[in-house]
Amino acid sequence: MTTTAQPATSEFGRARKRKEDARLITGRTRWTDNITLPGMLHLAMVRSPFASATITGIDIEAAKQLPGVIAVYTGADLDAEQSGLPCVFPINADATPPRHVSIASDTVRFAGEIVVVVVARSAAAAKDAADAIQVDYDPLEPVLDMAAALTDSTVVHPDYGSNKWAFFSLDSAAADTGGNADEAIAAAEADPDSIVVKRRFRQQRLIPAFMEPRSIVVDPTGEQLTMWSSTQVPHIVKTMTALCLGLPEHKIRVIAPDVGGGFGGKLQVIPEEFLSVLVARRIGKPVKWTETRSESMVSGHHGRDQIQDITIAAKKDGMVTALKGELTADMGAYLGLLSPACPPFGGFILPAIYKIPAYKFTCTDVFTNKTWTDAYRGAGRPEATFAIERIMDELAVELGRDPLELREQNWIQNDEFPYTNAAGLIYDSGNYEAATARAKELFDYDGLRAEQRRRREVNDSLQLGIGISTYTEVCGLAPSRLLGALGASAGGWEHASIRMLATGKVEVVTGTSPHGQGHETAWSQLIAHKLGVPFEDVEVLHGDTQSSSKGLDTYGSRSLVVGGIAVVNAADKVIEKARKVAAHLLECSEQDLQFHSGKFIIKGTDRSTTIQEVAFATFTSHNFPEGMEPSLDSDATFDPENFSFPHGTHFCAAEVDTETGWVKIRSYVCVDDVGTVVNPLIVEGQIHGGLAQGIAQALFEEAVHDENGTLVTGTLADYLVPSAADLPSFTTDRTVTPATSNPLGVKGVGEAGTIASTPAVVNAVLDAVRHLGVTNIDMPCSPQRVWRAVQSARGAVKSTSEHATEAAAGGGLGSIDAQQGGAE
Amino acid sequence: MIPSAFDYVAASSVQEAVQVLSQAGEDAKVLAGGQSLVPVLRLRLATPTTLVDLNKISELRGVREDGDAIVVGAMTTHHDVINNELIAEHAALLALATLTVGDPQIRHRGTFGGALVHADPAGDLLAPAVALDCEMVIVGPSGRRTVPAGEFFVDLFTTAVGPDELLVEVRIPKKTGWGAHYEKFNRVAQAWSIVGVAAVVWTEGGSIAQARVALTNMGATPVRAVGVEQALIGQPASAATIRAAAEHAADGTSPTSDGSADADYREHLARVLTGRAVAAAAGVGGWRA
Amino acid sequence: MTRITVMVDGVSYVDDVEARTLLVYYLREKLGKIGTVVGCDTSNCGACTVHLNGRSVKSCSIFAIQADGSEITTIEGLARDGQLHPMQQAFHDNHALQCGFCTPGMIMQAIDLLGDDPDPDEQRVREGLEGNLCRCTGYQNIVRAVLDAAQKMKPAASAPDEMSTRQPSAVAGGGN
Repeated sequence: MTTTAQPATSEFGRARKRKEDARLITGRTRWTDNITLPGMLHLAMVRSPFASATITGIDIEAAKQLPGVIAVYTGADLDAEQSGLPCVFPINADATPPRHVSIASDTVRFAGEIVVVVVARSAAAAKDAADAIQVDYDPLEPVLDMAAALTDSTVVHPDYGSNKWAFFSLDSAAADTGGNADEAIAAAEADPDSIVVKRRFRQQRLIPAFMEPRSIVVDPTGEQLTMWSSTQVPHIVKTMTALCLGLPEHKIRVIAPDVGGGFGGKLQVIPEEFLSVLVARRIGKPVKWTETRSESMVSGHHGRDQIQDITIAAKKDGMVTALKGELTADMGAYLGLLSPACPPFGGFILPAIYKIPAYKFTCTDVFTNKTWTDAYRGAGRPEATFAIERIMDELAVELGRDPLELREQNWIQNDEFPYTNAAGLIYDSGNYEAATARAKELFDYDGLRAEQRRRREVNDSLQLGIGISTYTEVCGLAPSRLLGALGASAGGWEHASIRMLATGKVEVVTGTSPHGQGHETAWSQLIAHKLGVPFEDVEVLHGDTQSSSKGLDTYGSRSLVVGGIAVVNAADKVIEKARKVAAHLLECSEQDLQFHSGKFIIKGTDRSTTIQEVAFATFTSHNFPEGMEPSLDSDATFDPENFSFPHGTHFCAAEVDTETGWVKIRSYVCVDDVGTVVNPLIVEGQIHGGLAQGIAQALFEEAVHDENGTLVTGTLADYLVPSAADLPSFTTDRTVTPATSNPLGVKGVGEAGTIASTPAVVNAVLDAVRHLGVTNIDMPCSPQRVWRAVQSARGAVKSTSEHATEAAAGGGLGSIDAQQGGAE
Repeated sequence: MIPSAFDYVAASSVQEAVQVLSQAGEDAKVLAGGQSLVPVLRLRLATPTTLVDLNKISELRGVREDGDAIVVGAMTTHHDVINNELIAEHAALLALATLTVGDPQIRHRGTFGGALVHADPAGDLLAPAVALDCEMVIVGPSGRRTVPAGEFFVDLFTTAVGPDELLVEVRIPKKTGWGAHYEKFNRVAQAWSIVGVAAVVWTEGGSIAQARVALTNMGATPVRAVGVEQALIGQPASAATIRAAAEHAADGTSPTSDGSADADYREHLARVLTGRAVAAAAGVGGWRA
Repeated sequence: MTRITVMVDGVSYVDDVEARTLLVYYLREKLGKIGTVVGCDTSNCGACTVHLNGRSVKSCSIFAIQADGSEITTIEGLARDGQLHPMQQAFHDNHALQCGFCTPGMIMQAIDLLGDDPDPDEQRVREGLEGNLCRCTGYQNIVRAVLDAAQKMKPAASAPDEMSTRQPSAVAGGGN
């Protein structure tokens, strides 16, 4: 057999166009909602319109009589079987999380909670029946303000007895990674040569808004119950379904087919998954549930939603002496899979790229009557990065320093790695100087500063601001021992297996579960690089617990840095097995063989055999000596020794129309260091998408609840996901400082763009109007907020409604009166 | 999501549509382009028992010249309005405003008449209709009547068109050679207007001879900015004139406070955007300092 | 139920439909045209975009019954004899998709955009796609793909054979 393999080195770092695209650009897709099974029934959920209420009655009789309706279930029908949804990272070791029901029986705790499940022959019939169900509620006063909730006598979970769920703290003095932050801040306050800056930042509530609405199909008719779900985490869903619902794990198969984005929003075990299992099992027929977008907005978990009190102390020469972050985080009504852990996770990275001599971080997790919060792209680190990059700008302003110079003065220098940060994380590598220098070059930093001065001098109505974010983040979840030490009930390893087929083709089975990231392409490149087989000869299998028996799925920018390493390690094992066979075929000793570009070559000769020939010989195994296993197949489970620390420097130039408050991003430059790159095309795409989501938090998106706890930004007409027309073109580049914590030198890239960009944009907006006296603008920096900030700084206009909650724009749908909804 | 069930009638003539509406009563709705109505039906914010579809009535489509006016059929799509030469020549404001409606797909399907009868105060075609002194031609069981645009919009989502009537066409007095501009302010491309300003200006020898200015979303119905118009007419077409006139933009308006903006901000925007719209319409350059 | 006749991706279908059936559900559930997807319920996302009598529309905001007698093209009807439409090819060449859920609608709208303006600039492309949301790409490579396709779809552009083998200029991306 001959090989057409390219030189192995050409695959690594090559801008391969994606394998995944062929089906996606032609519509030959396998979204869960595309699946139709014989006799399949459809579910519709009746959801509570109240944020907090007692259910006093449910009348399902009319609904049951409608054509096509098969069954109607209330909480009372299902409560004995439903158990509770899992929280695997409760943070609070002293208490059991309040039971997280899939369907409410007597009390509803957020608007959107399920109270009735309808089963019908079509989705339309299920919806008709859901509309015919009468639920009577006795509304209760909802808990909506997370700060007030801490002292509120009304509690979301009376059985638990308090709205304060967990208190998490990090203290560099206690951990021996630095001094006592409280003492250092007190000393600074008393020291005329020091300065202390305190600010409160608000992380608004966001909605992940993946494009594919969630969908589930459960087929109970086989030996194994099979669930298709639009999830990031099929393996976790399988194990949790077994653990929580008491099904034997080997009788469950979970498949994540094509999944249309997740961003953390599909890193969850959801009520609808459990209810679909329970209902399908009862009825004995396949069932499908596909959410509508408006359903998704209220019932899919939200993200962010924190109050951050940040204190920084520094010498007047600019050297930072202490940093303190005190967070209050809104969990919403229940604890999801990782809810309590997301905000504290940010505490590890709040010190960021800076040498902080004394550090303290606290976080209080609070219950309210809102949709629960959980992971959303970055999960804790965007919030932390925002806080540190904003406070560094504030410090620069107070000291009258250039914000970039101040950062440079305090950051960890290239020759100081590995560096243990104030929270105890060990940064293995980094080169902040190089990334910043390159970004400055691309951005024309000095030229823009000059233009800014000119605009200020002539009091131009269009002002220019420059925003900086020199971030690092912590990703690549995660070393299992660290997760264990933090109280997680799962590890952070990843698994891969390689199946060498008779004809020399390769199947790679990965425990990661891509939903847009391009693992099929990148893993093929890894295998082509390692085994020297053609890129096209590799098939990547994923997202089906039957083929991929072991895995911990995709989130936290972990897939390449954990799962990819497992793939590479498994490939090494294949090579070692193949070496034995090759030595047998070539009648030489293993030590005489060298493996290169898919060939075993006897050193110093021209005698060789290809990996494909070895695979075929292994398949036939005719002349194998006794004891030689006729298989090259190998697997590997990789548990990382450390996290991954991508970093970079982002610059944003924003124009602010001071007459209207309108913000326009004029240019955006970022230079990211994500270590060694397997596929630059994919890396660049991840950065672009990340930037868009980070910018969206800065300028557009906010989940707003009214005084009753109703989500008023409940459609894509009200929740402002930006379009192409609303975003600029980005200038991106990279520096490469290989990670030392894994054999490929790779770092995570999935969340970096989002983490970095939000503070860059807000810093730019503030920088544009800072000279007018503006010190803070809450996100999103809507035109109204920006205009009001300018007005109140000028003292010209008293704000009539300073605390008005500002929903996203949109005149239409939310406000249309049902009776008057006119004809267009 | 799926709308609740309804009877569907594809009317083949205006007479048939009116007849069906008369019989079906209040629970009937007219389906024009459907670009606002269908989402409302999908969310089940409305559950009409009968939908009367006008898409098959070809007489309701198209633009024609009629003396000193051009006549736009109610079922003319936004896309056709934008690309129509008569409108470009005699009612450019309408084309400019229509370009800001929805997105390209919506403009392919959505209709001029539908948008007017829907009467969303944030809709971008109401103010131009008022600024252009349009006459709305309505047909009902008792025949044909004409209502001036200034009286057509009655309240939020409510027009002079009765439940058994149809808006069939809009007569637009020619504004040939007038300067025109529509200034829309919203947060993302797809979002509805927070405030919009429609302006048409006739200049002669460096002076503003005539001006019409109307505002989007500054009240339940579009508002004609009479104070601005009066302050402009007869004055030199200069930045100073326009700036002074624009100060009157919020006079007599009653904007709401809602999720996208508070009333005082809307009033402020009306002033700023009116200045910009009039300056653009009058061709006054160097507007921004 | 009302009988309708439609031509979808070159094939004629006669079906009985309920009046309230949206065109997108007819395409997906009755015809199995699952390439066209539903992403929202307010006509904001554009994922369901198809061509109706040659014009891009959101198939979630039209009833199937209204399409009677019409010709419809979906993402599944673009490729001819196994040859991708230049816009599909450009999306692949420029890495203009990640999860791919918005892609069918995005491609259908991009083709319509070039129909109106065969040589758009970047701003025009961005505005022409304002009715299609993508959550993965930040739109940069989508814009790049549409501009790339515009060049290749020009009448004087190279023959299809050359097109598929030519290395796209943007593969390495900005700044690499």
